[in-house]
Amino acid sequence: MTDWATLSPVLWLSFQQTVYMVFWTMLIAGALGLVLGVALYATRRGGLLQNGPLFGLLNVLVNIVRPIPFIIFITAIGPLTLLVMGTTIGTQSVLFPMSAMATFVIGRIVEQNLVSVDPGVIEAARAMGASRFRIIWSVLIPEALGPLILGYTFIFIGVVDMSAMAGYVGGGGLGDFAISYGYQQFDWTVTLVTVVIIVLIVQLAQLIGNWLARKALRR
Amino acid sequence: MAPLISFRGVGKVFPSGRGEGVRAVDGVDLDVEDGEIIGVIGHSGAGKSTLVRMINALELPTTGTVTVGDRVTGSLGERELRELRGEVGMIFQQFNLFSSRSVSGNVGYPLRVAGRPREQRRERVAELLDFVGIGEKARQYPAQLSGGQKQRVGIARALATSPRILLADEATSALDPETTKDVLALLKRINRELGTTIVVITHEMDVVSSICDTVAVMESGRVIERGPVYDVFSAPREPATRRFVHSVLHDRPSEETLARLREHFPGRIVTVAVRDDPAVRGAVSRVIAGHDVRGTIVYGGIRELAEKPFGSITFELTGDDPAVDALVAELRTHTHVEELVQEVPS
Repeated sequence: MTDWATLSPVLWLSFQQTVYMVFWTMLIAGALGLVLGVALYATRRGGLLQNGPLFGLLNVLVNIVRPIPFIIFITAIGPLTLLVMGTTIGTQSVLFPMSAMATFVIGRIVEQNLVSVDPGVIEAARAMGASRFRIIWSVLIPEALGPLILGYTFIFIGVVDMSAMAGYVGGGGLGDFAISYGYQQFDWTVTLVTVVIIVLIVQLAQLIGNWLARKALRR
Repeated sequence: MAPLISFRGVGKVFPSGRGEGVRAVDGVDLDVEDGEIIGVIGHSGAGKSTLVRMINALELPTTGTVTVGDRVTGSLGERELRELRGEVGMIFQQFNLFSSRSVSGNVGYPLRVAGRPREQRRERVAELLDFVGIGEKARQYPAQLSGGQKQRVGIARALATSPRILLADEATSALDPETTKDVLALLKRINRELGTTIVVITHEMDVVSSICDTVAVMESGRVIERGPVYDVFSAPREPATRRFVHSVLHDRPSEETLARLREHFPGRIVTVAVRDDPAVRGAVSRVIAGHDVRGTIVYGGIRELAEKPFGSITFELTGDDPAVDALVAELRTHTHVEELVQEVPS
């Protein structure tokens, strides 16, 4: 039988660690990914800030990083993590590889959503004399807000997935919990409970995301 | 007085993948006077949009100069560009409203860009919405409006900064005929009451005939004809203009219609032009009555062009050949007459 009296506090701590990793990654990578996505959108040919070399560089960078399996990415950029975070062990240190990977993924998703904004609306704003940066923050992003929220919701689930893998290499969290106390102890109940908790987190995020996107769409 | 907008030797080449690029506008000299409504017409791809977008510097000329007021569009800094665009409003075929902003948010946006204080913006927005007749829609979002209402929002937004010039890019092409009429009446009112110079891109005859003072005809990037609407349409000099006029006016029977008419009307068929001179129509009836010839109206239409009558009536004339000849000769002293001769099948 599973000893829940002993496991409950550990589970609670793991849950907190997962929330911690996902929250900070979403915040940091959400902001940086938005900047990266806008940069990809704006520097492309015919864009507001057309810049071929910069677009080429960012585009290649995203294409190189994104396909690397995350578990390998964490170990591959270990030296860089050590340099930036001072350690490669612990929940806090995995924020670096998680945020880095999520930034590239979010950047691409943001770019794709911005491309779908009607160019006529951008032209109208230009015709009114709005500067390029004003157009980006006051027209482009608000016009794409509904799809952007859905994109971020999608990413949130990816980040929860990432946090589980980060746990495996020393980050703690629910993934680590499921492996250490479920898989390695042959305790399927623990694994199952952890899975249910993760599914609930994801469901909640999706519900909130859908609700916010519907409000933003005005349709 | 110097023209408000002038194009001098203006050309625009868009770079294409390879080769020498696409020449959208080619050697255009054109003046637009302060306070007029000018229609820019021509088939799609003729360069109308590119030409008009040079007025607010959305496009810059590759060669030549575009002068708006006392500004040359190619040499403006960021701030001067903003000032120019505050003086040139623009409306679009697809309205291009911000779907994320309410009606008042849309109309207030150019005022935000111009840095007007909040209170002033609120007053101006209310005034504009009343002017275009949708004062009660201020809190709604574009998705909740009909096409005509959307274009009214577009017009209010374009007028927010009290521009001297309004550019209308196929502004009524996405609207039904009834709504088109209302929007055109609004544009006319803007021109009369506010003195705004309006540049209208269109391929619709109704737009030109009901609101434009002058018209510029474009083909393959060039302005091939320009003048008062009535003159250009009643006596087009260029074959391209003539084709365009006939294709939109339907003022004479097509070959197919004529063939069908001949099945019922075996007599000689003539088309009589009806122009500005009000005496012409009386003269036509009088002349026909004065000869021993029966005149039957078989086709035609008279419409208003620049507030003057314009069109033609096609008659079947039955009687002795010499009598018909004499009648046609007398009609020719009053107006333009063309006999639609039946082609003899060989």
